[in-house]
Parts: sequence; structure tokens; C-alpha cells
Amino acid sequence: MDKFLQLTLTGLTSGAVYALVAVGFVLIYKSSDVINFAQGEFLLIGAYLAYFFMGQLGLHWSIGIIITIIVAAGLGVIIERLVLRPLIGEPIISVIMVTIGLSSLLKAMVGGIWGTNPQVFPAFIPKTEVHIFNAVVTADKLWAIGIALAFLLIFTLFFRYNKEGIAMRAVADDQQAALSMGISVQRIFALAWSIAAMTAAVAGVIVANVLEVSPNLSGVGLHVFPVVILGGLDSIPGALIGAAIIGLLEAYAGGYVGDGSLAQVISYVVLIIILMIRPYGLFGQEIIERV
Amino acid sequence: MESGIFHSTYEKDMALRHTPIEKIRLALVIALVLVFPFFADNYLLNLANTIGVVVVGAVGLNILTGFTGQISLGQGAFMAVGAYTAALLSINWGAPMWLTIPAGAISTAIIGAIFGIPSLRLKGLYLAIATLAAQEIILWVITHWDAVTGGVDALNAKNILWFGGESHYFSEFQFYWIIMGFAALTTMVTVNLFRTRIGRAFIAIRDQDIAAEVMGIDLFKYKVLAFATSSFFVGLAGALIAHWRQIVTWERFTIETSIFYLAVIIIGGLGSVSGSIYGAIFMVLLPAILNNIGRSLKGVIPAMDVLIPFIQQAVFGLVIILFLILEPEGIAKMWKNVRDYFRLWPFSY
Repeated sequence: MDKFLQLTLTGLTSGAVYALVAVGFVLIYKSSDVINFAQGEFLLIGAYLAYFFMGQLGLHWSIGIIITIIVAAGLGVIIERLVLRPLIGEPIISVIMVTIGLSSLLKAMVGGIWGTNPQVFPAFIPKTEVHIFNAVVTADKLWAIGIALAFLLIFTLFFRYNKEGIAMRAVADDQQAALSMGISVQRIFALAWSIAAMTAAVAGVIVANVLEVSPNLSGVGLHVFPVVILGGLDSIPGALIGAAIIGLLEAYAGGYVGDGSLAQVISYVVLIIILMIRPYGLFGQEIIERV
Repeated sequence: MESGIFHSTYEKDMALRHTPIEKIRLALVIALVLVFPFFADNYLLNLANTIGVVVVGAVGLNILTGFTGQISLGQGAFMAVGAYTAALLSINWGAPMWLTIPAGAISTAIIGAIFGIPSLRLKGLYLAIATLAAQEIILWVITHWDAVTGGVDALNAKNILWFGGESHYFSEFQFYWIIMGFAALTTMVTVNLFRTRIGRAFIAIRDQDIAAEVMGIDLFKYKVLAFATSSFFVGLAGALIAHWRQIVTWERFTIETSIFYLAVIIIGGLGSVSGSIYGAIFMVLLPAILNNIGRSLKGVIPAMDVLIPFIQQAVFGLVIILFLILEPEGIAKMWKNVRDYFRLWPFSY
């Protein structure tokens, strides 16, 4: 039972990180039909920016996080304007490859500036041990889950009540109709990219605090694919539930099955199964064209 | 002075090369390939061999992605299947190279066909994500199936000439002929493949799959066939790597490899056999040239040693982005534009 609880909490922690990265991913896909392979690199950049502001410049963590988020948002806008906009209307493979090229470029820039050695992050969330029933977890993991939930709540409210949020939903629904209602689709695309970069940066700060700051963090980007496919590529609630399921599944597979190496691949097996039986995911829109 | 190419017979229309200049150019390229190794040192030969292997793999991927329109991010893992098959056959059973290389290619074709089955239901980015999963799953199996593949440890492939023989040492010079032979064969087979019913069916599927089905093309059969044909050459490239490098490790076949090959065919030109070759030359030479420039700058910038890999990676990403924005049809199109400009000069419009 202790082990179960322990694994559940670990799974939910990684699920929280997946959820934050996946929300940005879904947002970009919903508004502009682009699959962003550089989402993991946004997380990486967020982690390193936070390390730079808090660890190297020694700023207070609250200021550090705010600057990190602002810089990430700006980066998202610049990338959308320079790289993605010229490719509107190009075939899927071009769009996929351009984000892959982008991920390579961003990773190289981070590596060139900060090197490949893992850096110790000045943990601003304390790692004190907390006892829940019989399980022992560090407080930062609980904080990670809390922060992720808070952010996701903010986004839900944003999409429900904020004018920009409603405009984003309109663009996702029908670009032409949104255009005719006076919504600037280009602005919405830019907004989607900046929000995606921001959420990924927050996820990066959380991961940095729980683990460490290293170039391997961008691997999270690939783990988000099972999450979004499971939840449905165009569904934000789906991304959350998918993230929780994949996070838990990886934790249980790592803890209970054999030597734990199954955890690396279990989510991809789920991905294949989902694609075969229900390609639009648990909550996605059923608009798969059959061939 | 010409204003265009006009055909008056079907034979001329079917010909691969239409003008005398094209024939002379081909003869010059062949002559260069034949003469090159006698003047090149080991470093250049090594680069040439790398290009040759990449040509085989890139042509294979182009059959699937460029000509049939099925995006694959699983190239690296398929190559691993070919490489491991060839290496394991030579190590465990002492099978000679002329058997292991085709065996590697055929086994990869079978695995590729199996992973091609989902392509019937999945299109576009869903297929891309499915092949990404295939990449991760195949590589995981290879690194965890210790009893067969030796797990994460490297294998030492043997280059055996005949059953029961010992491992033979090949120099770069000798391997040049083997690799170039296979590269030429792959190119010829593929160029001609697209003059047959099968190849045209592939192109029809790419352009509009529903229309293709209406015209009587069995989508399932041809999509699986496209996966098998493509994987055959990809596996061939893998088997060649196994025997040429002799050290087979899973690290050579990660998702990075898949991305590298996609970059090769996008930069060279999707749906163009010659484009795959240009792309291979460009993408193999680019990091090598950057490396040499970086080394020569070491006196000026001492940190260059550490920075070179990052510069290579950044330029890799940048080149992909710039090509997609500025010339999505790749080097093949650029070269065609240059050729047309001079051939039709001064009426080049």
C-alpha cells in the first residue's frame, strides 16, 4: 500500500509536468493545426532561463519566475512570426520538419550557452519530507502538482470568460468564421505560441526544481505525444486526463513490472493501441478521414 | 538555342535522359565516382562512404515519404533492424557478407511492412506519431532483448567472405566499391521503379488516395508494399553500416537518425531520387566542413573545441528551417532552376 501511494504521487508529479507541456501543445494544434515537436525545448529553455535568473544572477525566485515567463512568451511570439507563419498552408511534413529543425536549433543554443553538464538549481520550493498515510514524498512534488493544477484552472477560466480566450476558441472552431467576426487570426496564432511557450516554461521551472537542470529535460517533449493522443489532440481536458493516466502508468510500470525498464516504452505501446482503435483519443473530435 | 523539350515519339517521352548534355553530365559523374578513390586519402574516402550509405537510406525513405506521401519517423529503428540482423547472422552463424546484407534488407522489409499496416487507418501527422512510437518501441526491444541482441552493449560484426571463414579486413578503399555499388544499384532500381505500375500507384496514393482507390489501386496492398520497399533499402543501408563500421550499437539508430534522414530528403527534394543524392552529399559534408572551419578558428577562439558540436546542431536546425521557408522543394529544384536558366537562355521564362 505504501508503495502504491508512493508511486501514485510520483506518477501524478510527472503527470503534472506532462499536463503543462501538453496544454501548450494542444493549444497550438487547436488554433493552427501545427504539431509542435519543439515543445520539449520550450520546457528546456524555461528551466535554463529560470536557472540563469535565479541561480546565476541571484534574483529572488518570484522575480525570476516572472521574467522567465515573460521571456518565454516573447520567444513564442518571435518563433511564430519568423518560422511558422511563412509555412501556413504548406503540407504537414513541412510543418512537422520545421518544428523539428526548431527543436534542434533551440537545443543547440541552450547547449552552446550553458554547456551539457547538469546544473544544480537553487530550489525555491523546499524539499522537506511529507508523510501522507505511510508514504513519504518531498514537498516540492506536491507543490508541483498544486502549481500545475492552479495554472490549468487559470487557463480554463481564461478560455471560458476572457475575450481573448473566447476568440481563441472561435479560431479553433472555424478560422473563416472567426475572421469574419473581426478576430485577427494571426494575433491568435501568436497568442497560442506565447501561451504554449509560457506553460512549457513553467513546467521547466517545476522539473528543474524537482530534478536538476540538464539538456536531457527536452526528452519530455516526446513523452507528450502519448498524452495528447490519448486525451485527444484538440482537447484541453483530454490533455489533463491523458497526462495523469500516462504519468501514473509510467510510475506503476516502473515500480511493479520487472526491473522497471518497461516504464520507458509503456506509453508508446498505449499510443499505438489508441491510434489503432480510437485515433481521435478519449475526448478529441471525431473527424478522422477514413481511407 | 532551345525554348523547351518537345517529344515526337513515345520512346523519347519515356527516356530518362532527353538531351545530349544530360548524357554527358551523367558520364562525367560516373567517371568522377570511378576515379575519385584513387586520388582521395582515407578521410575523404570515409566521407564518400558515409555519403554512399546515406544515399541508400535516403532513397529508401524518399520512396515512402517523398513518393508515397507517408511520413515516417521510424527510419532509425528500421535501420537498426537491418544492422542488427546482418551483425547477428555474421557473429552467431558465421554467415558470409553476401548473405547477411540481403538478409538484413529483407528482414527490415518484413518489419517495415508490419509497421506499415497502421498506415491504412492513419494519415499525415497521426501516421508520423505512430512511426515515432514504432521507433521507440523497436529500439527498446533491441536494447532490452539481451539474449538475442546483447542489450545495450555494442556488437562486433564480422566481415566473412565464405562459410567457416575468418573475419576479413576491408580498407576504406575496398569498402568504397561495395558501398558505391549498392548506392548505384539502389538509385537505378528506384528511378526505374517509378516507371512501372507499382511506382505510379505510389505516386497516385501520394497525390490523392481516394482518387487512387477509385482508379483501382488497392490502397492496403500498395501502402504496405511502399513500406516494405522503402524499408528494404533502409535495411540495406543498416546492413552496410554494420559491416563497414563493424561496431553496431543502438546509439547509431535513435530518433536523431530518423530526423537526419528526413532532413536529407527534405533538403535534397521530396519525391526526387537525384534530390536524395544531393541532400545526402549536402548533409554529410555540412558538419564536416563546419568541423574543419571550427578547427582552423581554434587559434582565434579558444572555446571553439567545445562549441563545434553545438554549432553543427544549430546549423542543422537552421538549414532545415531555411530550406522549408525559402525553397521547400529542395536542392533538386534549385539545381533544376539553374539548369533551365542556362539551357533556355536568353528566353528563360
